Amino acid sequence: MDVLHYLSIGFSVALTPLNLGLVLAGCFIGTLIGSLPGIGPINGVAILLPLAYSVGLPPESALILLAGVYYGAEYGGRISSILLNVPGDAGAIMTTLDGYPMAKRGEGGRALALSAVSSFFGSMGALLLMVIFAPLLSKLAIQFGPSEYVWLMIFAFTCLATMVGKRPIKTVVGVVIGLLFATVGIDSGTGILRFTMGIPNLFDGVDFLVVVIGMFAISEVLILLESWARNDLKLTPVGKSFISFSDIMAVKWVILRSTLSGFLIGVLPGTGASIASAVAYGTEKRFAEGKDDHFGDGDIRGLAAPEAANNASAAGSMVPMLTLGIPGSGTTAILLGALLMFNITPGPLLFEQQPNIAWGLIASMFIGNIALLVMNLPLIGLFVRLLSIKQSYLVPIIVMLTFVGIYSIHGDTFDLFFMIVLGVFAFILRKLGFSLAPVILGLVLGEVLEENLRRALSISGGDWSILLNGTMTYVLAFATVAALTAPRILKALKK
Amino acid sequence: MKSNIASLLLVGGLTAALNASAFEPNKPTCIAPAKPGGGFDLTCRILSTGFAKAEITKIPMAVTFMPGGIGAVAYNYINSTTPDDPNKLVAFSSGSLLNIAQGKFGKGLDENNARWVGTAGVDYGAILVKADAPWNTLGELVDDIKKDPSKFVLGAGGGVGSQDWMKAAILMKSSGVDPKKMRYVAYEGGGEALAALLGGHIKVFPGDVGEMEGLVESGKVKVLGIMSPERLKGKFSKYPTAIEQGYDAEWTILRGYYLGPKVSDEAYNYWAAQFQTAYKNPAFEQVVVDQNLVPFNMSGQVLDSYIKERVAYMRGLAKEAGLIK
Repeated sequence: MDVLHYLSIGFSVALTPLNLGLVLAGCFIGTLIGSLPGIGPINGVAILLPLAYSVGLPPESALILLAGVYYGAEYGGRISSILLNVPGDAGAIMTTLDGYPMAKRGEGGRALALSAVSSFFGSMGALLLMVIFAPLLSKLAIQFGPSEYVWLMIFAFTCLATMVGKRPIKTVVGVVIGLLFATVGIDSGTGILRFTMGIPNLFDGVDFLVVVIGMFAISEVLILLESWARNDLKLTPVGKSFISFSDIMAVKWVILRSTLSGFLIGVLPGTGASIASAVAYGTEKRFAEGKDDHFGDGDIRGLAAPEAANNASAAGSMVPMLTLGIPGSGTTAILLGALLMFNITPGPLLFEQQPNIAWGLIASMFIGNIALLVMNLPLIGLFVRLLSIKQSYLVPIIVMLTFVGIYSIHGDTFDLFFMIVLGVFAFILRKLGFSLAPVILGLVLGEVLEENLRRALSISGGDWSILLNGTMTYVLAFATVAALTAPRILKALKK
Repeated sequence: MKSNIASLLLVGGLTAALNASAFEPNKPTCIAPAKPGGGFDLTCRILSTGFAKAEITKIPMAVTFMPGGIGAVAYNYINSTTPDDPNKLVAFSSGSLLNIAQGKFGKGLDENNARWVGTAGVDYGAILVKADAPWNTLGELVDDIKKDPSKFVLGAGGGVGSQDWMKAAILMKSSGVDPKKMRYVAYEGGGEALAALLGGHIKVFPGDVGEMEGLVESGKVKVLGIMSPERLKGKFSKYPTAIEQGYDAEWTILRGYYLGPKVSDEAYNYWAAQFQTAYKNPAFEQVVVDQNLVPFNMSGQVLDSYIKERVAYMRGLAKEAGLIK
């Protein structure tokens, strides 16, 4: 079989001592980078790119190193989400929802182990899908036009509506606040500046990472400070519990579904890990409804879904990059830049002309994922010890890390002030009983929704019927309606 | 005209070389005013690697990033914080110039708030369509557009008023269609626009020569016209220009570097002279060509006046298209 033949070429490239060493190094650095709040895969890859270039690594080795950093960071992002309620990167926002409550009740070790296993199966599953379906998927991905994106975003919003929990109005308000943030910046449809107040730093819109870190990390620090001032700080119990086989069996279908949806969303250009994990979380919550669900209070399904999905989307985003030369996410855009620096033009011919690069990378991702799992499980004990650090040390460290991380994105103090303002704002929201995830998702989804709705309408010249044009739009529209009505219908049928 | 520019360059270079001894750079850096991986990153890498390979600097210059508003954030930063720092070279492109022309670089800042010092090279616009599209020449395409401009969807990687939009508007104008009637779809970057072209969501993609290489080779897209003043050399020589086909549609994407507005003449002349030294070195040229740019050598005062002329031209275009009053 062709695929097996190429894979064996790939493994012969990936298993050379140099490349094997680089996979391991990349994964390790990536885990570290991912676990630091504010510094995500984009920064990690960007920082290492010039280094890899100047050391004179051959292109396939450089790519293997950088890709290792990429999915290593997707692994690492969960650590601070679970332990500190501060997402390590954008893809790990949903992980805070159930991961942190688990850690709070002393199941930090269990949460870390389960999320590592989910991540592992998520990326392995996605890799297999990639090997088998890459050429086919790249064709499907480009068929996905503005109207299809609009429906996908509406579907994601309806999934979100299920996150509502006990306070539906507050979730809606949160989403609207996020949507408001999404409108800041130059409007690409008309070229007009919107809500920038003449500040050039806002011309490109609010930076997603600044919002995430400001709202989560700074408000978390403020909450810690508040409880310290009231003197009711209680140390989080570290707990000894570890993952059991029955835990994994309990979430096997969750992982499978999330891997599939995460991978497909990753393949689409312009949607990444944050959207993938949000959709997976929302879908699983829908599935679990009524079946003993305590999503938001440390449900293992709510932890497994986003972790499997965000790792699957990392592999998925490689598909359009390798097959079409079109990046599927911000990080793959940098990887693409790296390829160009080595005078390799990714695109339809890459697999034929440079099989050692394309397949070497794929093989190294298999190896890297195994390495990550092996590396991560024994380290869990160490990570969990973080929780036993006295808050008086932990708080300044978190603050320092976030400041360094945010400053490293743009090298501009404006972001630091903006982050503090957002942090205080988020603190007030939390005190009023709002949850932060809807705000962030409103921001991410809102931007993609608006852009694509405007694109669709400028293609059709303002005719809304373009939104129901083609099989894919019908399928997505149907899924949206089903997500909205199915629980009620099921309830009615039961009666 | 050409020899004029050449002699001007020579004189500029010589006088610059004479003055150069007074200034010594200290840990110079190149600021790429965008996120890593894009065109500005490339521009800085050319300076960093090119100068090192031409042995002008001992080690490659460090590259730092300051994204925001196609260079607006960096422009404001340089003007407000370090207007006289002779060791900070900032990358710019025609995209930055176009935004300066439209007053989108901040209040009170225009093309006189920087010292334009050297170029990296140029790229050109290219009119791309899907490989199985019914048109084989620009003429056939334009005839179809003219029939009903409002049914024809163009798309590219920048918003209205960006240089991607400008390429589409110029093509429309040169074929006698009012650019305001054009149906234009804005994508986030050339990659997304290319995907939309391949997926059939847009019909024409006015892209750049530098980004089309792999796809043209694989036979997925075809090039109807290159927006360069004359035919390109090397592997792109087989594609006709728009001008050859009778359409006055030219768009040159200039990439280069500026220094702060208050940088001393010694430092400015020093860097201008270094660029001249680099332009003469084949190693530098190779770096430029490797990044899919066409060598375009201009530095010092000559470049400064060229830039001011370009910005004035763009201001005129933007007014005509109704982008500014």
